[in-house]
Amino acid sequence: MSGDWVGAIDCDMHPRVPNIAALRAHMSEYWSDTVELRGIEGFDTIAYPANAPLTVRPDWREGKPRPDEHAAGYAKAMLDPHKFGLAICNCLYAVQIIRDEYMAAAFATAVNAWVKTEWLDKDARLRASIVVPAQNPELAVEEIERWAPDSRFVQILFLVGGEQPLGQSRFWPIYRAAEKHGLTIGIHAGSNYLHAVTGSGWPSYYLEDYAAQSLAFHTQLGSLISEGVFVKFPKLKAVLIESGVTWIAPYLWRLTKFWRGVRNEVPWIDRSPLEFVRDHIRLTIQPFDAPAAGVEISRLMDLMQSDEMLLFASDFPHWQFDGDAMLPAGIDASLRKKILIDNPLAAYPRLGGRHAT
Amino acid sequence: MQLDAPFTTDAETLDAHAPGVTKSNRLAVIDGDIHPAWRKPEDLKPYLSKYWWDHLQTYGSRRKNGSVYGEPYPKSAPLACRRDAWPEEGGRPGSSLALMQKQYLDACGVEVGILGPLGATGQGDFNLDFSAAMCRAVNEWQLDTFARPEKRLKASIVVPYEDGAASAAEIERCGADPHFAQVFVLTRSSEPIGSRRYWPIFAAAERYGLPVGFHVFGTSGHPVSGAGWPSYYVEEGAGHSTSCQTAVTSLVIEGVFERFPKLKVVMVEGGFAWLAPLAWRLDKLHERMHGEVPHLKRRPSEYIREHVYVTTQPMEESDVRGQVLDLMEWIGWDRLLFASDYPHWDFDDPFRAFPVGLKAERHRQICAENGRSVYRL
Repeated sequence: MSGDWVGAIDCDMHPRVPNIAALRAHMSEYWSDTVELRGIEGFDTIAYPANAPLTVRPDWREGKPRPDEHAAGYAKAMLDPHKFGLAICNCLYAVQIIRDEYMAAAFATAVNAWVKTEWLDKDARLRASIVVPAQNPELAVEEIERWAPDSRFVQILFLVGGEQPLGQSRFWPIYRAAEKHGLTIGIHAGSNYLHAVTGSGWPSYYLEDYAAQSLAFHTQLGSLISEGVFVKFPKLKAVLIESGVTWIAPYLWRLTKFWRGVRNEVPWIDRSPLEFVRDHIRLTIQPFDAPAAGVEISRLMDLMQSDEMLLFASDFPHWQFDGDAMLPAGIDASLRKKILIDNPLAAYPRLGGRHAT
Repeated sequence: MQLDAPFTTDAETLDAHAPGVTKSNRLAVIDGDIHPAWRKPEDLKPYLSKYWWDHLQTYGSRRKNGSVYGEPYPKSAPLACRRDAWPEEGGRPGSSLALMQKQYLDACGVEVGILGPLGATGQGDFNLDFSAAMCRAVNEWQLDTFARPEKRLKASIVVPYEDGAASAAEIERCGADPHFAQVFVLTRSSEPIGSRRYWPIFAAAERYGLPVGFHVFGTSGHPVSGAGWPSYYVEEGAGHSTSCQTAVTSLVIEGVFERFPKLKVVMVEGGFAWLAPLAWRLDKLHERMHGEVPHLKRRPSEYIREHVYVTTQPMEESDVRGQVLDLMEWIGWDRLLFASDYPHWDFDDPFRAFPVGLKAERHRQICAENGRSVYRL
């Protein structure tokens, strides 16, 4: 089966910062001292509890360091056996939950430097997202400008759960920088927990928290479209990462119908939301929320009304599938190739059409 | 209202005014969502004590969105109503029984319509005692103004849902009266609605064999999702399906259906297509992490299939013929209930709103048969 994945571009894998010492090595003296002086243990989040079944697949927990803690570990688990062409590192170290925006910026810089040194410099097949302190868009733009000259950074990473929906004008300086540098916007499951994860407050169980991440994607998609982000930044692409995928068609039907009814409210939206989605929105394919049986995958795929929307992703090391069942069964060969290679290349201008074959 | 011959379904299904339609062969319509309104605030005065009437005059309704008039997202039409639904004699759309009968109940051949009072009903108010007094008043007002004079209309037991005990007391007070067809809750509760503080509502509803209708809206104090507060009414409107998913997830995962095995819930005005992907998502997560929720004895989709109903309005629309029918199939034909949302602007006509290609038999099932088995009719 491994031949089936040759050249695939893994658009979502997660390097794990093993400990705070790894970040301190990339901090200024002031911030490194601060970590020690204040006894900062780190900013791991409850979005992915370390030992929860979903967070790391059982066979990817084995080894010291763990496969998700070093580039060679990921290469051995995924890149080499499957012969992927490229992979995009989305580090989920949660600088977003830091309330002090300057500390958030310092940690973001350290995370990006750690990713560059320990991952990008270690394996030529790796690319990465720029982790930004979205708490302060001005500081976020500074962080983008710091890494943009390195073409291996291909995306700007947000969490789906934040203080304000991402379409709002507060974030537009980030999109201006993204468009300028050909960086894609990535919105990933997870939250800064400034708001409850549901519209009715905090649920009791982790299962509900993770389930609710897809609801935040609904809100973000509505916001990006309604606020006119893609009218203002026509070259921008946004990728919804680890969203669950199948929620999108029903939500789009609803958004499109409401827009038809009340479009006088948002006169800058001159096309159907569906058209904005086709032109600007992509989704990574893991997890893919589908029933175990009883529904044809092709009929689910048809709901997307486009074969260009889905991007291959393993979501390594999250436990979304067993073995190498990285795509839902029943996807035909031509769509498969698009998902594995063509669509990622189109979604990320900075991949530059170059990929191992 | 001029109704043309139906074009959304096969010819067997006939609208109420088409030639050749008689009482015996016309489509029966049970409507899960009609909104009554008062002509003026004083209409509630006879049902409130002097204390609470004075309180209402002095402090008004205070809900968790900060707005005196209701919504910080202004609607796209006054009171979000059809512009032809304003009564000639004055008052708000939904306040004239005569117009409601002529314009909708008679015109569309409605057999039973379930009332869902919205607006300043006391639901979700900060002051729980005021909330309870208002809900009680609204329930009595519904009976006198609509449900007793018009046998086609059934009232909802509007409950002060943020207070589980007071809600259960109101269900006890009204539950035996056949004029009431359901318990009425809004989707934006302050905590996820499956939380323990709300269980007395479900216990009482189960005791009386009443479904709990979850109508969209409400003021939880939280943005619609963890992504924050959106800017526009179009986002608020599209977001209702998100709120419905929050409610269904909570009811399932917190174990409400395990604890109250005869409970039925109806999700109202959030559409329906979202329900299938949600069930798939919850099943996958349950497969991974059932260890966290040992109180669940079955897969989430099984609870959903058995306990959750969805109304069809605002009807889902896809550019691709057949896709909405696919979703209906995946949800289950016996789980879908017609609703019109009269007199609101996004009203669905029972003869026109359904997708092309819907079989007449399915149309009848959604428009009436399912409603008969859900509501205590």
